[in-house]
Amino acid sequence: MITPEQVEQMIKGELPDAQVQVQDLTGGGDHYQVTVVSPQFAGKGLVQQHRIVYDALKQAMSTEAIHALALKTSAP
Amino acid sequence: MTVENPTEIQSTIDKLVKENKIMVFMKGTKLMPQCGFSNNVVQILNTLGVPFETFDVLSDYNVRQGIKEYSNWPTIPQVYINGEFLGGSDILIELYQKGELQQKVEVALAS
Repeated sequence: MITPEQVEQMIKGELPDAQVQVQDLTGGGDHYQVTVVSPQFAGKGLVQQHRIVYDALKQAMSTEAIHALALKTSAP
Repeated sequence: MTVENPTEIQSTIDKLVKENKIMVFMKGTKLMPQCGFSNNVVQILNTLGVPFETFDVLSDYNVRQGIKEYSNWPTIPQVYINGEFLGGSDILIELYQKGELQQKVEVALAS
């Protein structure tokens, strides 16, 4: 498992200027809903935007520390 | 568990993606999705009333891993329209809500 603060830190490691909202859906620390708003998403498609966030969380996702991730991304 | 040649797996996946206008790699089947995200995708495509093919990655470990490399996308489900990777469940929902999915699907089916 992983804390919401850790999820936020990992995303901000990749996107320092992002606004990040993290919601633990089950309280179990492995099902998360994350909303990321970053100027770096401007002009990028949704696939590219989601890839950037997945990259930031790569390790936690490949080890299944994060089992499920609902993602919403946009530019401000 | 047999581990097949990765090149063969990639060409099997490529064939499925190219031969079906709407192709979904998911956990479970259309009738019995085994994951909430996969279920979302099936429900949306059913709502649109369009024909689509699915592949149950739980039935094949090689495809389950191979599809993530194919698209460079770490999660399942994955939706392909007209041979192109469209996204996962969150993107499909968003495109549906914006009305863009209907458009993409119509274009694909008309081509």
